[in-house]
Amino acid sequence: MEVTKKPKIKSIPYEEFIDNESLEKLVEELNAGGANVMVGVLDDLVNWGRSNSLWPLTFATSCCGIEFMALGAARYDMARFGFEVARASPRQADMIMVCGTITNKMAPVLKRLYDQMPDPKYVIAVGGCAVSGGPFKKSYHVVNGVDKILPVDVYIPGCPPRPEAFYYGMMQLQRKVKIEKFFGGTNRKEKKPENF
Amino acid sequence: MENILFIDPTTLHDEMLRLRNEKQMDFLESLTGMDWGVADEKDTPETLRGLGVVYHLESTVTGERFTLRTATTNREKPEIPSVSDIWKIADFYEREVYDYYGIVFVGHPDMRRLFLRNDWSGYPMRKDNDPEKENPLRMDNEETFDTTKEIKLNPDGSIKNKETLLFGDEEYVVNIGPQHPATHGVMRFRVSLEGEMIRKIDANCGYIHRGIEKMNESLTYPQTLALTDRLDYLGAHQNRHALCMCIEKAMGVEVSERVQYIRTIMDELQRIDSHLLFYACLAMDLGALTAFFYGFREREMLLDIFEETCGGRLIMNYNTIGGVQSDLHPNFVKRVKEFIPYMRNIIHEYHDIFTGNIIAQERLKGVGVISKEEAISFGCTGGTGRASGWACDVRKRMPYGVYNKVDFKEILYTEGDSFARYMVRMDEIMESLKIIEQLIDNIPEGSYQEKMKPIIRVPEGSYYAAVEGSRGEFGVFLESHGDKTPYRLHYRSTGLPLVAAIDTVCRGTKIADLIAIGGTLDYVVPDIDR
Repeated sequence: MEVTKKPKIKSIPYEEFIDNESLEKLVEELNAGGANVMVGVLDDLVNWGRSNSLWPLTFATSCCGIEFMALGAARYDMARFGFEVARASPRQADMIMVCGTITNKMAPVLKRLYDQMPDPKYVIAVGGCAVSGGPFKKSYHVVNGVDKILPVDVYIPGCPPRPEAFYYGMMQLQRKVKIEKFFGGTNRKEKKPENF
Repeated sequence: MENILFIDPTTLHDEMLRLRNEKQMDFLESLTGMDWGVADEKDTPETLRGLGVVYHLESTVTGERFTLRTATTNREKPEIPSVSDIWKIADFYEREVYDYYGIVFVGHPDMRRLFLRNDWSGYPMRKDNDPEKENPLRMDNEETFDTTKEIKLNPDGSIKNKETLLFGDEEYVVNIGPQHPATHGVMRFRVSLEGEMIRKIDANCGYIHRGIEKMNESLTYPQTLALTDRLDYLGAHQNRHALCMCIEKAMGVEVSERVQYIRTIMDELQRIDSHLLFYACLAMDLGALTAFFYGFREREMLLDIFEETCGGRLIMNYNTIGGVQSDLHPNFVKRVKEFIPYMRNIIHEYHDIFTGNIIAQERLKGVGVISKEEAISFGCTGGTGRASGWACDVRKRMPYGVYNKVDFKEILYTEGDSFARYMVRMDEIMESLKIIEQLIDNIPEGSYQEKMKPIIRVPEGSYYAAVEGSRGEFGVFLESHGDKTPYRLHYRSTGLPLVAAIDTVCRGTKIADLIAIGGTLDYVVPDIDR
């Protein structure tokens, strides 16, 4: 069966996003067993709502956190995309934006924060430090990439990334949320690796 | 190059006490741990070996400065007398040195690690230590201890280990952080409460300890510059200015007049940027969300100016050794000149919405008072010190750049409470505008970059340079052994003294005031942990 579902964002041409292939592959995998018409529509409805009100956790360890605050302010205004409800408690958050360096001492704390978040939850690695260790890669006290301890959905490179880059990454996450499947059939997401 | 006096550890405490009392050396500027290695055959009698400490002292009365050092050759059990009873800030500084080098300070009441985990093995800054090999990433939670150890010196000269209790079983201890929106980063406080009153605060740092000082020892001089911007990211220009100045001083490089002007203007723009963010965050912490938008509105204008010239919004990477990265953008002067009157005309909105607000006044006035003596003893420079009446501005004390050519007032308040700390920063925005206004029309022509070799060797010696950062004195202590990498590069953190003082400031206030006090102290955590 052909799957026509596309992770589209309204008013932005589909081709303007890169990495469409991996998302399309994900759609195919999720719908490998076929999608029920009724339930599929219900999925679309739920995902439409979910993708447009992703609540981030107010979490920042260093520089990228300031740019995250700039997103909240008037000029970049993340309320336009439904991200404005930044929660201070992980129990109310949908996604965690890892803004800044994660050190060895912070790693267990971050893991605990992630574990406290309710499913479904998403992780965005923001900035060079969270992606790979960045300028502090050679340090004895820095985790070289947050993907060593958490499963990451979207990477946003930059030191720090521009607010536009933040949005690009956050929209990529929205697109990912849009194609997820909750009803009818199992959610064939990647299996969680053992050590997570 | 600095003149450094050597004091034997046996007489160190008496000598320090004498300096404090007779020479009025009341400000311990910086305390740096050192590892001078083990004795070698090629050593001359003057070569200093072993583990030691460098002290930078200054008198706030006479302005005299002293640099002293001490060392012990015992690497197994290095012991140096503590000076924490003379200067309060030595408490935290010595814990930092213990953490990095394993030097035990005899007489220190609280010998715990400051940044690293309790169960960390080895001392990372020692030259013979390989911290990564011994300490793989551990995902188990760190255990927090309620006790601490003290190494006491008995009158007969023997040493006794004593265990002291931080928090008793009957005490009600609340944990705040490391992930808490009002701690301005990842800072952890353990607060002992009596009802709503704070009885004691134990600050736990190190959740963003990135090991910058150790990394510096394997980077070439131009490479070390990149990390300074990321220390205190709201003082990126100033931090980098300090390091460039220190290296230039060491090498005897004179930068052109144009560069001095550009650096000074950039430093002041950065200060306005930082203070606007301070205002926005403080207001948000106290629940005034509209004020947050005001602060960011003007800050974005500054970021645009920065972006045009430097290419970055937050991390600018602008200063280089012997100059700046690129010349000013043709629009720079015009846009700065537009910004100055705009900012002057709009600042009343800030005061209308927040300063005069009765809730803000009630929560800030008379809360979290720090006296002048305490501010000096803790080394709380910047806005915090000036709010207590301590004239600690580096721009006046040790003028650099072109600060000696401009006319500006050092903002001083005497109350020492949260409101004074807030007002100092709001007034400093105006003073910074005044400085920029005097300079912006007179930027001389000239080259923006001196010719430098790609590999720089700094002559042997120790050097110290300081600038007035956005939140206090940012100092750089460089010891060079003539290599292309620094032997030791230590940063005097602007925020560490503020966090050290938070226990004293908060005692007896309400738990909700901790947020307001933390907000007005205005520390940036990556700068504390380095």
